[in-house]
Parts: sequence; structure tokens; C-alpha cells
Amino acid sequence: MSTDISERPGGTTAPGAPEDPFLVVEGLTVKFPTHDGLVQAVTDLSYTVERGKTLGIVGESGSGKSVSSMAVLGLHDPKHTRLSGSIRVDGQEVIGASEDRMRKVRGNSVAMIFQDALTALHPFYTIGDQISEGYRIHHRVSKGEAKKRAIEMLDRVGIPQPNRRVDDYPHQFSGGMRQRAMIAMALVNDPQLLIADEPTTALDVTVQAQILDLLQDLQREFNSAVVIITHDLGVIAELADTTMVMYAGRAVEYGATREILTHPEMPYTWGLLGSIPEVAGDADVRLVPIPGNPPSLLNPPSGCAFHPRCPHVDKVPGNLCRTTLPELVPGERGESHLKRCHLANPGEIYTKEVLPEIAPDLLDPTTGEMIPELAAVDPEEV
Amino acid sequence: MSIVTNSGIERAPESSGASVGNETLLEIRNLKKYFPVKSGGVIRRTVAHVQAVDGVSFTLDRGQSLGLVGESGCGKTTTGRLITRLYDPTAGEINFEGKDIGPLSRRQMMPIRSEIQMIFQDPYSSLNPRHTVGTIVGTPLRVHNMVPEKKTLARVQELLEVVGLNPEHYNRYPSEFSGGQRQRIGIARALALQPKLLVADEPVSALDVSIQAQVVNLLRDVQDEYGIAFLFIAHDLAVVRHFCPDVAVMYLGKIVEIGDRETIYEHPHHPYTQALLSAAPDVKQAAIGGRRERIRLEGDVPSPINPPSGCRFRTRCWMAQEICAKVEPPLLQIGAKHKVACHFAGEINQAPQRPITAPLLGVDDQGNVQGGGTVTEMHDEPGFADTWFDLKTQTVTSA
Repeated sequence: MSTDISERPGGTTAPGAPEDPFLVVEGLTVKFPTHDGLVQAVTDLSYTVERGKTLGIVGESGSGKSVSSMAVLGLHDPKHTRLSGSIRVDGQEVIGASEDRMRKVRGNSVAMIFQDALTALHPFYTIGDQISEGYRIHHRVSKGEAKKRAIEMLDRVGIPQPNRRVDDYPHQFSGGMRQRAMIAMALVNDPQLLIADEPTTALDVTVQAQILDLLQDLQREFNSAVVIITHDLGVIAELADTTMVMYAGRAVEYGATREILTHPEMPYTWGLLGSIPEVAGDADVRLVPIPGNPPSLLNPPSGCAFHPRCPHVDKVPGNLCRTTLPELVPGERGESHLKRCHLANPGEIYTKEVLPEIAPDLLDPTTGEMIPELAAVDPEEV
Repeated sequence: MSIVTNSGIERAPESSGASVGNETLLEIRNLKKYFPVKSGGVIRRTVAHVQAVDGVSFTLDRGQSLGLVGESGCGKTTTGRLITRLYDPTAGEINFEGKDIGPLSRRQMMPIRSEIQMIFQDPYSSLNPRHTVGTIVGTPLRVHNMVPEKKTLARVQELLEVVGLNPEHYNRYPSEFSGGQRQRIGIARALALQPKLLVADEPVSALDVSIQAQVVNLLRDVQDEYGIAFLFIAHDLAVVRHFCPDVAVMYLGKIVEIGDRETIYEHPHHPYTQALLSAAPDVKQAAIGGRRERIRLEGDVPSPINPPSGCRFRTRCWMAQEICAKVEPPLLQIGAKHKVACHFAGEINQAPQRPITAPLLGVDDQGNVQGGGTVTEMHDEPGFADTWFDLKTQTVTSA
């Protein structure tokens, strides 16, 4: 490892010093006018990510998880998008920023890893050219220096024989290597914020494990803030410190990852947990899918957007779920666990009705209560 | 998801009898598929072969499911396509109900095609966008003259109901359906001919998690209801575990471990299986006990054009020794329903010090042939024998 990787150009703070979160998103709303009407892809979304921390965003396709993150990089065409709210990266406002200013931010202090490496890489240029391009745009260096940097990055992400592979084209790389090359491309300017949009979805499990390990190592090394977008709760469980669950363009649950996975309070999160088969545990438990399909964002359901698929609608008095949108507020387990649901006693319903169906092995067979490891999870602990 | 039990879909006559269960439906014996690699230029000579499937053997009983797992490029999809005869095998036998369908001509295959059907991975590219659902599901009925022309529509509607779609929607186009619903259309089409065997190639991997569970449950219902045997091809270990009582793990064109679900997931003996299992993220584990130790596999799957000598996994294996490069490990039966192809087969961190296979193959511990002879050939028979090689006692035993 050469020294200039660990040197961060500007923006270094003493470790442990109190600081504002690196990324602050407040009241973000993204609308796309279409021929069929206005699609409200993201509604009133707020979250923060600190340096060295990882936020995981989960949700189904169309839940707005990618749209909201692309807004952070200013990737939406302003002609066809209506953005409101505030996104601050390192204290600087992104929404409404000029294209010139965004060019300085993009690929420099904020970088993105895309899902499908084959379409995100240009087939006509060598891997080395594509990695060094971003470096040359943001640094005044010669081609030779930029290529040296590209080789160094390829080595860092674990590509064997980087000085030879740097002149290869994307089609000469395997799927896992392409994903690594794209990570190298994203990291070439030591970004302080990395947005990974389904970084492992197209990959095999063994390669996925390699990439997840790599992301964790790199984060530890550079102390960057990471936003990881995925529909795979397994990836969230391995990587994220805090988790946000999105449904129909809104955050529906937000808190520390362990807390969300062990004490979820929103029926949609219950549904997600019940839908995934496990590598361990009872194989003959029937999966409990969420009935129905994700809603249309052109014409979202009234009240709580999840109510047409929610099996617990009838537990809320006064037809509230169908008429009134619940606020994202702290639930039973303290200030740091937010949920958007009318249910008054989600903890009880989860233990008594949901867990026996989706994971009976997490309950004490005699008392019907959660096993101690589960019950002991501290909602504040990240 | 409810299944319409009294629908007009009858069970296949053979599977409705009392003798369902242990009868073998499909027996694959030493199946091989080599794709030629052609040189450039005018005379396109064959310069090499991609050994996509290289000597695979297994059996599948009526109404049972076998899961085929492995990384991309391991030959699992090719195996599925050979069984449906979308590819012609290079060598080996595909015995379907006791008859080798490998060498059959197109015409001879016709009646058998209705008994082996396939569900494809991508519900977007596997349905013709310009045909209505009624046409898509009805075409196999017409091609195989399953029902009189007048009754086709009624039958299509029945099938749509079975897979949980609104029967009134037969006049709609695929673009009007979501991904999960399209996969249901694909399943309805596969069910139309009342097949005995369904080859499901990654049937849920293109779907959202919540929809995946719906489709897995549907496939399960369909299997229970009609007694269809499944060859379930997937890279998602958790889904396979959920669906299949038997699992085969493939690596670079060969089966490296095969056995019942409990053995493969709880007591894997092949290092590749162990690595695959440790790599799969597990929500529950991570939520309760923190992160597990992963076995890190280095690098990528080697090229199947020029696979490594000896054991094909040795280039990425942390236990590989001299013998692994010299002698290919046979797929050795080590339990009542458990076969593994490894010289150092054993549970995690309990691998034997000396190669268990050396005495059987007639070589020493470094893989050198003893006394000027040759390596003893060991053929892998499909299915499981009554006797096996016990790892603890190093002798052949039986139950």
C-alpha cells in the first residue's frame, strides 16, 4: 500500500471529533411527470449517515430506494424531475446546485457503485482508462501517473496481476472482477461517501462474500460513510449499522440494524422477514409471503400505502389505516426506533402471532416469549 | 395460495397409483456436454472444447425434488437443458422412465416433450410480448392435441386459476402483468401438458423477495397436488434448501457433493460446499449472534476450456495437497445418502490428515501410483448404493 491512498485531500478531521453527519437528507420528495400523471417516487424522506457508518436501505423494486440515492448525486435530469427538500453532503446543499458544482462533487467526494457492472462499464475503453478518467478529471496529473493510480486501485480491490489487467477490456473480466473494477473506479478519488446500489445482486454467493468483505475493509480504512441499497436482508444484516425500510416511496421503519431485524414493528418488515428462507433452521416451515403486489406510485393507496397487503389492518380501530397516513414516529422501544404504523402494540403481535409462524425457533417453547438473546437486544445500540 | 383441487387437471396416471415414491423417474448416467470453440478465419476449425458438463450422474424419483446448486458457469443450467433436450448430449445417458432419450430424433422426442417441461428464469424474456396469456398457455395444448379446440379456453382458464391468476385475464398481454404474475403464467404454461418432470431453472431469482416466497409456495402446492418431480436449479442455497429434500452441488461441470438436505446443509464434507454455505448471508444469525466467520474463497472459477488437473476445485481450495493435482477424486459414497468427491473429505476443521481415497485408488499419499500400476478407475453410478465407505472405520459398511 503506497502512502498517497491514505492521504485524504482535504476534509480530514481528527478521529473521534464530534461532527455533523456527512450526509443529511431532509424531507426529500422526488416526482416524475409522465404521460399518465405525476409519479411520486419518493415522499418526505429524511435520514443521516455519519462518517465510518453504513446505512442500509431495503425495499422492493419501485419502493424509491434507488431514486432517492440517485438524487444525492444529482443524477436526475432536472427537466423531467421535480425535487424538493434538502440534501446536504458535508454541509453543502445538493438540490438546486449547478451542474458545474455537481461535477466537482460527483466521483470525487461522493461516488456510486452500480448494480450491473457490465452495463455500467464502457465496452470500448480499457478498464485502466475508465478508472483513471475520474482521477484525471479531479486531479492535475499526467496520463502515466493516472495509470499508476489505476493499477494501484486494481491491486487494492484484489485483481491479480493488476499491471497486466489494467489494459484489458471489460469483456475480458469475469462478473466478480468487473464488480471489483467498478468499486476501484468509485474509490479512485477516496470518496467520503459511497453509495452502493445493489452491489452484489448479480453475483454468486462466494463472490458476493468477497465483495462484502472488500467493502467493509475499505470502509474501515478510509472511514467513509456508506449507503447500501439492497433488497437482500442478508446483506443488510452483514453490513449495515442502521437500516431504513422503504415502501411506496416512504420510509416505514428506521433504526439500528440488529434492532430492526429482531424487534421489527411494521407489518411490512415482518412480511420481508417471513419471505426469506434460511440456510439454517427448520426447512419445512412454509414461507409466509406478503400477499398481493407492490402498489402503483401513480395512484397510491389511501391512508397507509401498505394497507391493501397488510394482514393486521383490522386490529386498528376506526378504519384508520385506510383513511389516515401514519407518521414516522418512535414506537414502543424508544426514540431511536422509528416506525410508520397505526398498530398500538406491535411488539405483542410480533411475539404472539408473527414469530410462531415465521421463526418458531426464536421463541421459548414453554413460555412463548422471545429467546433471551433476542429479547436482550438494546434498541439504542448500533 | 389455494389450489383448486377439483379442477379438470388430472394427475398423471402413473403417479396417481399407490406405488408413488421410490420409483425412479429420471436416471442421468455420466452425462457430458462439450461445446466446441472455433478458431477465427475462413476455416473455422475446432480448437478446443468448453467442458460445460463433464460426467454427471444422478437419479430423481417420481414426485421428488432434486436441487442443483453452484456458481454461474458450473454447468447447472446446461444440465437442465440437456435433460429437456434443448441441447444434444455429447456423451452419456438420460434415462427417462427407463428409456434413453439422449439419441432420440426430433420426431421421436415429440411425445416425451410433453412430459418434461421447463420453467425459465426471466419472466420478461420467456413470454412472447405479442401473444395474449390465453395464446401462451394454450399453445402447448394445441401443439400436443391435449384437448379439443373448443375446450382450449376453458382449460386455459383452469390453469390460470391453479396458479393464482384471475381466469378472466386470458385476453391480456404479458406487459400488463407484474414480474411475479408473469412467472405464474410461465408456470401455467409448463403445467398445461401435465408433465411428470419440471426443470425449473432459477425460477425465482429474478423476483422481489416478497414475491419469491409466493412463487416458491405455489411450486410446492403444484408439486403436492400433481406429484410432479422437480429438478430445481438455483444459486440461492436457502431457496433450494427450502424446496428440495435432495441437493447436488456442482463445480466446473461435475457434481462435487450430493446427498439429502440434512447432510448437505448440516454436515457438508466437501470444502466447496462448506465455503458456499459460509458465504450465504444469514439474517437470523447476524441478528442474534453477530457476524459469522466466512471461508474466503480466493479468485474465480477456472475456465472450463482448460480445467485444472486432478481435483477441479484445488486451485481455490485451502486444503489442497500434492495428490489433489495428480489424481482426480472419485465421487465416493460415504453415507446412506451422501456422496462426496474430495481426497480429504470431512466436516469443517475435521478433515483427515491423510487422503481417504488413496488406498482405494491404489496410490500413495502424494498421489504417486504404487508398484508401476495405474490409478484404479472408480465409476460413479447414479443413485445411492446399499453399501458405502465409512470414513471413521475406513471400511465398506452398510446400514
